Amino acid sequence: MNIEYPISVTVNGTRYDRDVEPRLLLSDFLRHDLGLTGTHVGCEHGVCGACTVLFNGQPVRSCLMFAVQADGQEVTTVEALGTPDDLHPIQEAFLEAHGAQCGYCTPGFFMTLVPFLEENPDPTEEEIREAIAGNLCRCTGYQHIVDAVKLAAAKLGS
Amino acid sequence: MTQKHVGRRMTRTEDPRLLTGQALFVDDVQMPGMLHAAFLRSDYAHARLVSIDVSAARERPGVVAVFTAEDMGDDWKHGPPLVSPPPTVEDIVFHSRTHVPLVKDKVRHAGEPLAIVIAESRYIAEDAVEDIWVELEPLEAVVDLEKALDPGAPLVHDDLESNLAAHLVQEKGDYEAAKAQADLVVKRRIYIDRGAAGAMENRGIVAHWDVRAQQLTLWDTTQAPIPIRNGLAAMFGLSSHQVRVIAPFVGGGFGPKIMMYYPEEVLLTWATLKMGRPIKWIEDRRENFFATTQERTQVHYGEMALTKEGRILGVRHDFLHDTGAYDPYGLTVPLNTQSHAMGAYDVPNYSSELKVVFTNKTIVTPVRGAGRPQGIFLAERLLDIAARELGIDRLEIRKKNLIPPDAFPYEHKIIDQAFAPLVFDSGNYLATLERAAAAIGYEKFIAEEQPRLRAEGKHVGLGIVSFVETTGVGPYEGARVTVETDGRVSVATGVGTQGQGHFTSFAQIVADQLGISPRDVRMVTGDTAEFHWGTGTFASRGSVVAANAINAAALSVRNKVLKLASKILETPEEELELADGQVRVADLPHRAIELGELAAMANPLRGAVEPGTEPGLESTDYFGPKYGATANGAHAMILEVDPETMMIEIKRYVTVEDCGTVLNPLILEGQIHGGVALGIANSYYEQLVFDENGQLLNASLADYLIPSATEIPPIEVLHEETRSPLNPLGSKGAGEAGTIPVPSLFAQALEDALQDYGLEILEMPMSPNRLFELLHEESKTP
Repeated sequence: MNIEYPISVTVNGTRYDRDVEPRLLLSDFLRHDLGLTGTHVGCEHGVCGACTVLFNGQPVRSCLMFAVQADGQEVTTVEALGTPDDLHPIQEAFLEAHGAQCGYCTPGFFMTLVPFLEENPDPTEEEIREAIAGNLCRCTGYQHIVDAVKLAAAKLGS
Repeated sequence: MTQKHVGRRMTRTEDPRLLTGQALFVDDVQMPGMLHAAFLRSDYAHARLVSIDVSAARERPGVVAVFTAEDMGDDWKHGPPLVSPPPTVEDIVFHSRTHVPLVKDKVRHAGEPLAIVIAESRYIAEDAVEDIWVELEPLEAVVDLEKALDPGAPLVHDDLESNLAAHLVQEKGDYEAAKAQADLVVKRRIYIDRGAAGAMENRGIVAHWDVRAQQLTLWDTTQAPIPIRNGLAAMFGLSSHQVRVIAPFVGGGFGPKIMMYYPEEVLLTWATLKMGRPIKWIEDRRENFFATTQERTQVHYGEMALTKEGRILGVRHDFLHDTGAYDPYGLTVPLNTQSHAMGAYDVPNYSSELKVVFTNKTIVTPVRGAGRPQGIFLAERLLDIAARELGIDRLEIRKKNLIPPDAFPYEHKIIDQAFAPLVFDSGNYLATLERAAAAIGYEKFIAEEQPRLRAEGKHVGLGIVSFVETTGVGPYEGARVTVETDGRVSVATGVGTQGQGHFTSFAQIVADQLGISPRDVRMVTGDTAEFHWGTGTFASRGSVVAANAINAAALSVRNKVLKLASKILETPEEELELADGQVRVADLPHRAIELGELAAMANPLRGAVEPGTEPGLESTDYFGPKYGATANGAHAMILEVDPETMMIEIKRYVTVEDCGTVLNPLILEGQIHGGVALGIANSYYEQLVFDENGQLLNASLADYLIPSATEIPPIEVLHEETRSPLNPLGSKGAGEAGTIPVPSLFAQALEDALQDYGLEILEMPMSPNRLFELLHEESKTP
């Protein structure tokens, strides 16, 4: 049970070599082993989307993957986007449109939105709502999030 | 003069940290030597604990300790009640039965904790939970609210004669006499079921007893850090100054995070005091469905007496309220229901008999809305049915009965949740409703659009309802405002923050008083080391009670600033102004002194000061309202039902809110949007389904349907602004306004959309399945 395996994962451009138990969730690995606590955990059964990260550029639920599955792969988390003094355009848009309230689900939304807006730079409202339908938010009623995504699309396009 | 900040759509100062993942949530706390806890919880809802053997768990490598109720010795106690029963009502029955940290003799709801495992990692702790051998003898469960009171029903608490937890009658006027004169009396049975608060962050605690410093620190996802601190100190014989409770950023509260003391809060504190090591427990989603409090189940036998012109003569409702296995929260929720059962209407006679019932289900405490949606549902439903029977338009019958603007303060002559007289302080209810009717295009929809759409075979309906929201109750909150020597201002207040934008809207208030930018305010909420008087964030009271305390403290500091600056600038106070971070002579702006410089002068290092001088530019002040401010509003929507699938599409959703002075319209809109989303969830998507054994059948987010962006429509938010006379800012709360009227609105709109079927909706939540069943039960065809 306690056998550990060496893995090498590139997270936000930095390579990490660690020994981990095969059952360690990717979400726990990121949060607790690497201290990247911007990725949040809401349900641990793959529904709420709060723990979404990019796995080789594609959004995945980090609570539904094991850290060992990330061996040799690239993971991107919210920490790669922007800093308080230098926000990513999507973060800027969420600030301006009041897209976050408690902020717990927000990093998961971002990691869904980064590839979405790359693939679909000028989405309709319906497309936006479909795109974020796998991320739950209890505070905002989604409206300011939708506004923020429209704003983000405009910022990224300009 | 600089522009006023209160009332501006200012973006939030807390956002840069939240948006970059740098804001601290409880699960982000990491400490050297930290241990991790997991709980063994009962699978049964009602069972006798025969034996529990934790020896195998204790032997598992990495396990540091396993505790059961027996191991707690004399420290095992029932929790103190959080809210006491109202002292002012005669003939009240109230049986206080509070929960325990770990089950000792009998399990009373599924998920009640039986043992705690503390280990080097959460993974090991969960493994060890599986090692515990527990023998439970299942008992018949009390699930159905009405059957719970049958003679011979199994008892949740064996020392009581029945499952009755409380009994309370409230009367206004003489309902029976009014009924005798009525032209119409409508009577219905109304049922509202349970839902979960569903905050995206589950609960969590990190407890650390620092042996050398003799200091206990608790990071807790609580809405009430100060009462938690005071209670834990008292429970464990510590000075309150030895206990620091920090509610950092909290990922949504919605009510259940005000509950205290959760068994986990007591146990982690007890364990760290015993072990001297930091211990973390993070609730998982499944635990959240069983162990975090829930709300809403009530059965009402309601009636409304009216004249043939549609004037309400009286409302009566006898109702049962499900409190779950224990009643630590007293009567808050059902008292709120009574306070809202007359809606926004001038009701001269009222009679209500409340019975609170113990069941083998998770404990009930307020969830956003907190008894109010049930009261409004009763009033609005009965009024809709009366309107139909009298042949009066539903908007007309509402207009006829709304409390008129000249009737304030309007006394209801019953008591509210704070045990204070229920008084509605101010408002223009008619204007609010008319605005909603105009915005949704009521007349045109009824006269033109609906007939046209119906002719096309579309099942389209409109709903329009009004409501009140009692907010901003006491007892009090406080704040400390300090001008720092760099000219920035620090503000500390006791309430915690769970996403309401407190950092920003409170800073706007301070900025106006002190002539600074809100960005120069450093706000601290929810840390008892920074401020230790207050009660918490609940009952839509932040923007009323805490905000007015902050305003009072900022005003006191302003007066200190003016007094000192007047001396230094040799100018009378009346001729000074505070702007751009300076105090200056109004007509001679070059004669100015920076606030920071003034703060340094107010705290000299050497020299003499006048007797009675207080150092610094700082003040601590409090605000406690005589009674709560009451907000009001109206919601309207148009929806279409697919008669094959019973799926709905909300075409338009309009809200008009009057919460007095608006501190920040952007934040307020967010509050309304989120409230409406929960209301929609409560109306058509979310229901906690318990079987006859008290087992929750849908304890995961895969089975319990929290709506996503494809279910929640755009919401148009309009405001009326009637200042409350009860506080200097003129504010009223708004946190629950979005949620309260939605079930009543849904019921009306669904009936309107399916009017050919003659359907009456007397229960909530509905769902596509339930709507389908109702239509077929009545085997009605268009």
